[in-house]
Amino acid sequence: MKRYLPFAIVAVVALATIGIGALLYRANRPHVQSIPQDTALSAKGDTESPHVRGNPEAPVTLEEYGDFQCPPCGMLATFLGQLEKEYDSRLRVVFRNFPLTIHEHAREAALAAEAAGLQGRFWEMHDLLYREQEAWSKAPNARELFDSYAGTIGLDLDKFKKDMDGEKARARVDADRQRGNSLGIQVTPTLFINNQPVDPRDKNPEGIRAEINAALAKKSQA
Amino acid sequence: MTVSRFRTIIFVVAAVVSLAGLADATYLSVQALTGETLACGGSPDCSRVLGSAYARVGGIPVALFGALAYFCVFSFATFAAFGYRRARAFLITTVGAMFLATLWFLYVQAFLLHAYCRYCLFSAAITFLLAGLVIALPPRQDRSAA
Repeated sequence: MKRYLPFAIVAVVALATIGIGALLYRANRPHVQSIPQDTALSAKGDTESPHVRGNPEAPVTLEEYGDFQCPPCGMLATFLGQLEKEYDSRLRVVFRNFPLTIHEHAREAALAAEAAGLQGRFWEMHDLLYREQEAWSKAPNARELFDSYAGTIGLDLDKFKKDMDGEKARARVDADRQRGNSLGIQVTPTLFINNQPVDPRDKNPEGIRAEINAALAKKSQA
Repeated sequence: MTVSRFRTIIFVVAAVVSLAGLADATYLSVQALTGETLACGGSPDCSRVLGSAYARVGGIPVALFGALAYFCVFSFATFAAFGYRRARAFLITTVGAMFLATLWFLYVQAFLLHAYCRYCLFSAAITFLLAGLVIALPPRQDRSAA
């Protein structure tokens, strides 16, 4: 009996590990809902009109809920830039703010982007914030860096500072965040392609390309 | 306490300790397989580490290799505790490889990513503990007692 005991112990641990792993896997799958058709890219008010880049009539819309201080969002931003060139008029990208409370400067960064947006330079600030993420993320006073970025992209600095503390920028960030919450979003980046959530396992260049190609194929069949 | 008994205790302790590492690595593997490590939502430093290119080898999460390694350590330590002599050599080899891998991952976190993930640090602590246990094993000339 003792001869078989180690085999039995090892087998039990193997099965328990696989079982617990499977349970964890099931529990960990995010439950993000699809974006309802009637609210997709709706602009009920100024606070809800999204930031869109690319051809407004593009057959594929990639909507991102992002956090400027999130490193994977930063990596994704670089990749999305490549995708926009690759798919050209067939793809438009939408960005929504989803600043996470775990990131010290994420909300301020979102406000900076929205304040830049109020001067028509949202995407310039978006790109700059992601490019300089490493620098301002660890800065004790990120606000000073945001002000310098505003200068870099040619914003009216006084207006930018006022807008960052203003109601409009705050309302836009809150509206995006609320919309994300209603869809069940918990992590960033969360992506939707033509209103359908992208499986988190596909949040890599191959996976995203495959999803876009599938959406394009579906559109061309319709 | 006889040398044989001391050795058996070390193998049992190594097996129990490796279970903690197995739990940690299994959790991280699941996180990687569900895509959670490619997102922010938990610890910012962990997402920096686990979402980096160093967290995968050939597309496979290193946590999965870690889980496999801890399971091997558990199995070898268990067999060694039951007197299977060859298991000891396998145990030492596996723990040695894990020790080297841990040094590499600590270097990556400290000097390349400038961020530490607590789960990775926990795994490093477990591996160092296992290495200590393996070093504490009495030499093999006492094998008659094993």
